[in-house]
Amino acid sequence: MHSETKLLVGSSVILSIAITALVVLPYLQEERRKPPSALRPYTDQQLRGRQVYIENGCIACHSQQPRTRAQAPDFERGWGRAPVAADYYYDKPILLGTMRTGPDLFNIGARQPSVDWHLGHLYQPRAYTAGSIMPAYPFLFERKAKAETGETLVNLPPAFAPKGEVVVAKPAAMDLVAYLLALDHTYALDDIPSLPVPAPTNPAPAPAPAGGV
Amino acid sequence: MNVLAILLSAFVVAIIGLMFYIWSQRKSLLDGGQQAARVIFEDGGVGTIEEPALTPAARAALQAHMDSDGLVHAAPDPAELDARVAADRSSARVTLTFFSIAIIWLLLASAFGLVSSIKLHAPDWLVDSQWLTFGITRTLHLNIVAYGWAPMVALGVCNWLLPRLLKTPLVGGSYALLGALIWNVALASGLIGIANGYNTGLEWLEIPLPIAGWLAVGGALIGLPLVVTLQRRKVDHLYVSVWYMGAALFWFPTLLILAKLPVHQGIEQATTNWWFGHNVLGLFYTPLSLATVYYLLPKIIGRPVESYNLSLVGFWTLAFFYGQVGGHHLIGGPVPGWLIALSIVQSMMMIIPVAAFTINQHKTLSGHFSALIHSPTLRFVVLGGMMYTLSSVQGSLEALRSINTVTHFTHFTVAHAHLGLYGFVTLVMFGAIYFITPRITGWEWPYPKLIAVHFWLVVGGFGIYFVMLTWAGWMQGMYMLDAARPFMDSVKVTQPGLIGRSIGGAIMTLGHFVLAGHFLLMVLRAGPKREAPPLLHQKTA
Repeated sequence: MHSETKLLVGSSVILSIAITALVVLPYLQEERRKPPSALRPYTDQQLRGRQVYIENGCIACHSQQPRTRAQAPDFERGWGRAPVAADYYYDKPILLGTMRTGPDLFNIGARQPSVDWHLGHLYQPRAYTAGSIMPAYPFLFERKAKAETGETLVNLPPAFAPKGEVVVAKPAAMDLVAYLLALDHTYALDDIPSLPVPAPTNPAPAPAPAGGV
Repeated sequence: MNVLAILLSAFVVAIIGLMFYIWSQRKSLLDGGQQAARVIFEDGGVGTIEEPALTPAARAALQAHMDSDGLVHAAPDPAELDARVAADRSSARVTLTFFSIAIIWLLLASAFGLVSSIKLHAPDWLVDSQWLTFGITRTLHLNIVAYGWAPMVALGVCNWLLPRLLKTPLVGGSYALLGALIWNVALASGLIGIANGYNTGLEWLEIPLPIAGWLAVGGALIGLPLVVTLQRRKVDHLYVSVWYMGAALFWFPTLLILAKLPVHQGIEQATTNWWFGHNVLGLFYTPLSLATVYYLLPKIIGRPVESYNLSLVGFWTLAFFYGQVGGHHLIGGPVPGWLIALSIVQSMMMIIPVAAFTINQHKTLSGHFSALIHSPTLRFVVLGGMMYTLSSVQGSLEALRSINTVTHFTHFTVAHAHLGLYGFVTLVMFGAIYFITPRITGWEWPYPKLIAVHFWLVVGGFGIYFVMLTWAGWMQGMYMLDAARPFMDSVKVTQPGLIGRSIGGAIMTLGHFVLAGHFLLMVLRAGPKREAPPLLHQKTA
């Protein structure tokens, strides 16, 4: 009898253990976080560009979290040092990513600081990287007879430039590139708090499952 | 940091907690014994097969095959059969609606999945519109499967199965229909939003809060009749399938509401994201599918599950361990070490519930494997159950740091996700559709051979899909770990595998069209008419 009650209580208790470990404890750690002094908040344009990144699902192929040198040669690829939590202070929402169909972008702004390169690469990735499987994003650009004042011309390799027309970047493309260039986490880590890992003598969070049972 | 100490303490605590829990529940939960395993059979009905997807001749052959092991059985109690028919009839309208919607989502999901797949080896195909860019078609595919196909079909099964198991008609079916309307309108709005760039940027949680709120409202309306029906049950013991379904129906809204609270930030947002992303698989689709297997498998062959207690141990251990494994999606990331360690330990502990299920399925079917020849429904269900074992063991191994270092960030993970959500959940649900639809329409499948065609198309297609993508993902991971190779090598090496994946996916899609066409004929009552409506179902129309 009262099996329903047992089911409800049992499944609530069990789920709340998981919530404690994966949601509540990380939340409490997050509250005390401070940004690294060298990390700049995003500008309005960079934030708009970040939105373009989200809208087009760039996260489906790009991570923003190089692994440690002990684990993988991400640093050797020029993707940068392994991040700490504070590096993402201004990232709302966080865009860690779980796929590397394309390379990690945590430091793409430092690795590839050229606006021209980014615009051309978004227009046609294969003009810059043979064998790339990144989609082309022609809808972020406009093809017209000639550029008007204030418009940014995209300098494409001749083989990939449309004949008799020029390619200009729409505002969304300019914003996106501004965001990509802002992805530069090459600053030193000395002045930021160390990883908020509990002291080894006190593995407090681990026994959490016992508390609720 | 003493990782070993953390690992060991998490492990010990998990074991102690589990033992304590099983002990505390033992008296009331594990006293059903083998008698409880028989509640799914009408009195005296053990030994009587139920396979509505077969022609009368094939059904007789299956029964004769099962009788050959010498189990003596009486005819089912006619009063109980009447109750079963009444239960089936009470849920017919609701379940048929859910199945129909689910199959529409299945076709749409296949289309977006296939387009996304092709784009990874034809990157200049369909690039002129934003809504057709890879990042969006892939997201649409995921959301249509996650919130369209999988929950709709599984909730359709719930609505049909709970009245049967509780031996009482479904009450308040209209609320479920209203809930389905709200849910699907919300989902369609969310998808149109995603297609136009309106999304949160968090995987599995892309549909923004205002729309997701309506998903919760719809879900609550769908769950309400089931709760009321549960209270009117006419059985003393709740069969294990009710445990799985009841818990899943409680867990899912909790997961969704908590994950959608607008308070998450920073690394905590990532851990919450994957706590949700993994639990929506582990605490929603998985229990609903296991509930379906625990009912259909014994029912089709007319044999109770071999060890009923083991099935309950499986339930509680799944509940305990699965909830905490989400952190393994963030191995190598800027996440507290204890959290990763906890998730890895619990991922390995998942072997317990998986073993419990696997042993049970194997022993229940043991000696009767040739029943698979007779029943295509059983083939879907049993193969789906095997895929659960495979995908879970694979998932546990992938959580190990050494393997995760290779497979993380690669197509290997995508293949794994499909082994779970397609190989396991979707195959089981196909089996359920074939079993249930004749019962709720009072009509036979017009062309039983199409069921076999569907089976071989999706199994063959998925075999190609999984092998090719797994291989591509593994090579991608190995190349990415080789500092001497440029990154582009890890892209190029995946190309044959990605093309193979598209071929497999196209064959799977073809199979889905076979199902959809057959289902449509069924609903329209078209096709050749054989002797009678399926066994024991009185025509309602």
